[in-house]
Amino acid sequence: MDMTFSPEEDAFRREVRAFVKEALPSTLAAKVRTGKRLDKMDYVTWHKALNARGWLAWHWPAEQSGTGWTPVQKHIFEEECVAACAPRVVPFGLNMLGPVLIKFGSEAQKRHYLPRILSDEDWWCQGYSEPGAGSDLASLKSRAERRGDHYVVNGQKTWTTLGHYADWMFCLVKTDTSVKPQEGISFLLVDMKSPGVTVRPIVTLDGEHEVNEVFLEDVRVPLDNLVGEENKGWTCAKYLLTYERTGIAGVAFAKQSLDHLKQVARDQKKNGRPLAEDPLFAARLAEVEIDLLAMETFNLRTVSAAAAGAAPGPESSMLKIKGTVIRQQITELLRRAVGPHALPFVPEAFEEGYNEPPIGPDYAMPLARQYFNMRKLSIYGGSNEIQRNIIAKQMLRL
Amino acid sequence: MDFGLSEERRILRDTAARFIRDSYDMKTRHALAASAEGFSRDKWREFAELGLVAALLPAEVGGLGGFGEDILVVMEEIGRGLVVEPFLATAVLGGGLIAELGSEAQKAILEEVIAGTRLLAFAQGEAESRYSLSEVRTRAERRGDGWLLNGQKSVVLNGDSADLLVVSARASGAADDEAGLALFLVDAAAPGVTRRGYATVDGGHAAEVGLADVKVGEDALLGEAGQAFPAIERVVGRGLLALCAEALGTMEVCRDMTLDYLRTRKQFGVPIGKFQALQHRMVDLCLEIEQARSAVMFAAGKLEASRPERERALSAAKNLTGRVGRLVAEESIQLHGGIAMTWEYALPHFAKRLTMIDHQLGDADHHLERFIAFSQAR
Ligand SMILES: Cc1cc2nc3c(=O)[nH]c(=O)nc-3n(C[C@H](O)[C@H](O)[C@H](O)COP(=O)(O)OP(=O)(O)OC[C@H]3O[C@@H](n4cnc5c(N)ncnc54)[C@H](O)[C@@H]3O)c2cc1C
Ligand SMILES: Cc1cc2nc3c(=O)[nH]c(=O)nc-3n(C[C@H](O)[C@H](O)[C@H](O)COP(=O)(O)OP(=O)(O)OC[C@H]3O[C@@H](n4cnc5c(N)ncnc54)[C@H](O)[C@@H]3O)c2cc1C
Repeated sequence: MDMTFSPEEDAFRREVRAFVKEALPSTLAAKVRTGKRLDKMDYVTWHKALNARGWLAWHWPAEQSGTGWTPVQKHIFEEECVAACAPRVVPFGLNMLGPVLIKFGSEAQKRHYLPRILSDEDWWCQGYSEPGAGSDLASLKSRAERRGDHYVVNGQKTWTTLGHYADWMFCLVKTDTSVKPQEGISFLLVDMKSPGVTVRPIVTLDGEHEVNEVFLEDVRVPLDNLVGEENKGWTCAKYLLTYERTGIAGVAFAKQSLDHLKQVARDQKKNGRPLAEDPLFAARLAEVEIDLLAMETFNLRTVSAAAAGAAPGPESSMLKIKGTVIRQQITELLRRAVGPHALPFVPEAFEEGYNEPPIGPDYAMPLARQYFNMRKLSIYGGSNEIQRNIIAKQMLRL
Repeated sequence: MDFGLSEERRILRDTAARFIRDSYDMKTRHALAASAEGFSRDKWREFAELGLVAALLPAEVGGLGGFGEDILVVMEEIGRGLVVEPFLATAVLGGGLIAELGSEAQKAILEEVIAGTRLLAFAQGEAESRYSLSEVRTRAERRGDGWLLNGQKSVVLNGDSADLLVVSARASGAADDEAGLALFLVDAAAPGVTRRGYATVDGGHAAEVGLADVKVGEDALLGEAGQAFPAIERVVGRGLLALCAEALGTMEVCRDMTLDYLRTRKQFGVPIGKFQALQHRMVDLCLEIEQARSAVMFAAGKLEASRPERERALSAAKNLTGRVGRLVAEESIQLHGGIAMTWEYALPHFAKRLTMIDHQLGDADHHLERFIAFSQAR
C-alpha cells in the first residue's frame, strides 16, 4: 500500500496550481467564493481558458483532443480548480454527450459536434427527465415519429439544467411503443432553435432560476441527428449515466466547503468565544471531517482501481450516496454556524456589483440558500434511494 | 390526566383554522410575503377581531388567556397556514413583555395591540449575541430625567413594520451579565432610530435597527432598570412555546403532503408509497412528529412552573422540534423528489419555515446546552 502521490503527480499538481492561478480571473474566483450568481459568460470564460490550455476534455481519449489523464490526475485537477474557486465546468456537452458521441456517434457527428463542444460554439443540455419519468426514466413519453428524412418530436422534458442557455439538447425519445420500454428508446440531438421548442423557467425553492421545462411540439429533427441505432438509445443513456456518476462524490467540493465552514466557525462567536472552540460545534464539525477523510480515501481507492483498469461498479453508487450526504451536512452546519444571520433573504445581494453593506457577516447571506439548493444532490443523478436499490441488486444480489 | 382541549380552546382552534382555510391560500400568502412589509395590516386586524391576538395575552391586560395551551392552539394553526402576520413579534414577545412588566399607563398600549392597530417588535439580538439573552452591548445611560440609548440590533423580527420597539439595553454590568439589563419602549419613528428592513428565507420580515443617541423619557422604561432579565427569559419562554407549536403545525402539513404524494406519485408502475424503503421513512416521520408534539405539550404544561422546571421543559421542546423539524423538512423534500425543489409547489415553503424556526430564539444545540444546565440546577 502506498497512499502518497508520485513525484510526477506532485509535479502535475504544481503545474495545475500555477495554471489556475494565472488563468482564472480573480473577479470570477471572488464571485464563486462569495456565492454570487454566475451568468453564462462566467462559465464560458472558464471553459475557454481551459480549452486554450488543452485541459478541457479530461473524459475524452487523447485521439479526440482529450487530455489522456489518469484518474489520479483528473482527481488532482478537480481538487485544484475547486480549491481556487473556479466555476464548475458545465458537464452536459463535455462529460455527458462527448463520451456518448465518441463511443456511439457516426464519424460525421464526431467531426461536427466534438470540436464545437470544445470551442463552446454549442452549449448542450440534458433532456432525460419528464414530468412522469423521473427515477423510472424508461417510462418516458416523448415521441419521435419518422417522416421522410426527419423525425417529428412531441413531448415534454423537465428539470433541464441551464437549458435557457442551451443551443442544443440531447434527449431520449420513444421511437417504438410496442416493445418493452427500454427497447423503444432513441437518443436524439435537438437544435433548441427549431420551431416548436419552448423553454420555460422553473424557479427553485431558493428563488433561483437554474432548471427549466422544455416543451416539444411537432419539432422536426433530421434523421442524421440520431445517435447510434434507432431503438438502441437506452444503451447510450446508461453509458452516459456512468459518466454522470463519476466524480459525483464531489470530494473536491466537500473539501472546499469544509474549509469554508472552518473559517466561518473561527469567525463566529458563541458566548464571546470562537464557535470553532465550542465543544458541541467542534464535535459536529469533527464528525463530518472524519466522514470526509474516509470518503476521500474511499474515492482514491476507486480512482486508483480505475487507473488499474477496473470498471466502476456499485462503488460509484456508494460514493454518490456518501458524497452527497456529506456535502449536504456541511451546508447544514454552515447555515447553523451563523445562527440568526441565516435568516435574511436578499436575492439582489447575489448580483455582482451589489454595494449595500451585508446584513450580518458577508459570508452569511448565501448560506441558507445554498443549504436548500443542495437538497438536489440526493435527488438528481439517480436519487440516493435508487443508488441503494442498485447496490442491493448488483452488489448484494438481494 | 386529560390531554384533550377544553371547549373554549376547541372553538379557538376552529376559529383560527376556518379563517385561515377560507382566506389564506398559498397564493394569498405568497403575495403578502412579497409585499413591502411582508404581511398585511388588514389581515392582522382581521386576526385580531377574531380574538386570536387576545388569546395570546392574559386577562389582566384585556386578553383572553395567554396560557400555554392558548399559545399552543393558536400557533399551531399559524404554522399550518404558513401565516406571515407578526404573531410572535407583536403578540407573544412585544405584548408579552409589556404585559409582564408594564405600568398601568404602559399596559394601556395593549388595548391597541389586541385590537390589531398597533404593531410591536422585540429588539433584542445583536451582531455578536447569537442566541444569548444576556449578551447585550446596546447601552442605556441616564440623561437628566430620561435615558440615552446607543447600539445596534440585528435580525429584529418584523422590526421594519413595528410602530413601537421594545429595546433591550445595558444599564450596567459587563456585556454578558444577566444583571444590568433594562427594557425600553421606543417609538420606531423617534429621532436616532434607523431601520433597514428585509425579507427572510421563510417568507417573513426582519430589520437591522440602529439606535444613535435616542432620547427617551423615564416613562419609556419597562419595569426596573437593571432587573429585566428574568422577565425577558419568561417571555422568550412563551416565544419558544409559540415557535414549537408553529413548528408542529408546519410539520403536520409536510407530513400530510408527503403522505399524499407517496400515494399518488407513480414510478415503475406503482405508487412510490409501495416501496418499503419509503414506507419506513414515512413511518419514522409520523413517529418523530408525535414525539415532538409530546415534548411541546409537556412544555406547555410547565409554563407556570419554577424557573429550572420551566426552562428545562422549554429547552427540551425546542431542541426536539429543532431536530425533528430538520428531519421532517429534509425527508419530505427527499421523498417528493424534484417537485419539492420548486418554488411553485407549496411543500418547500413549509420546509423552509420549519428550518428557519431552528434559527429563532435558539437552535437545537443552544437548547441542548440549556437543557443540561437546567437539569443540573434542578
Ligand atoms: C436541481 C435539479 C436539476 C436536474 N437537472 C436535470 C437535467 O439537467 N436533466 C434531466 O434530464 N434531469 C434533471 N433532473 C431530474 C432528476 O434526474 C430527477 O429529479 C430524478 O431522476 C428523480 O426523479 P423525480 O424527481 O421525478 O422523483 P421520483 O422518481 O418521482 O421520486 C420520488 C421519490 O421516490 C423515490 N423512489 C422512486 N423510485 C423508487 C424505488 N424504486 N425505490 C425506492 N424509492 C424510490 C425517489 O428516490 C424519491 O425519493 C434534475 C433534478 C433536479 C432536482
Ligand atoms: C427475545 C425474543 C422474544 C420473542 N418473544 C416472542 C413472543 O413472546 N411471542 C411471539 O410470538 N414471538 C416472539 N418472538 C419472535 C419474534 O416475534 C420473531 O423473531 C419475529 O417475528 C421475527 O421473525 P424471525 O425471527 O423469524 O425473523 P424473520 O421474520 O425471518 O426476519 C428476519 C429479518 O428480516 C426482517 N423482515 C422480515 N420481514 C420483513 C418485511 N416484510 N419487511 C422488512 N423487513 C422484514 C426482520 O425485521 C428481520 O430483521 C421473540 C423473539 C425474540 C428475539
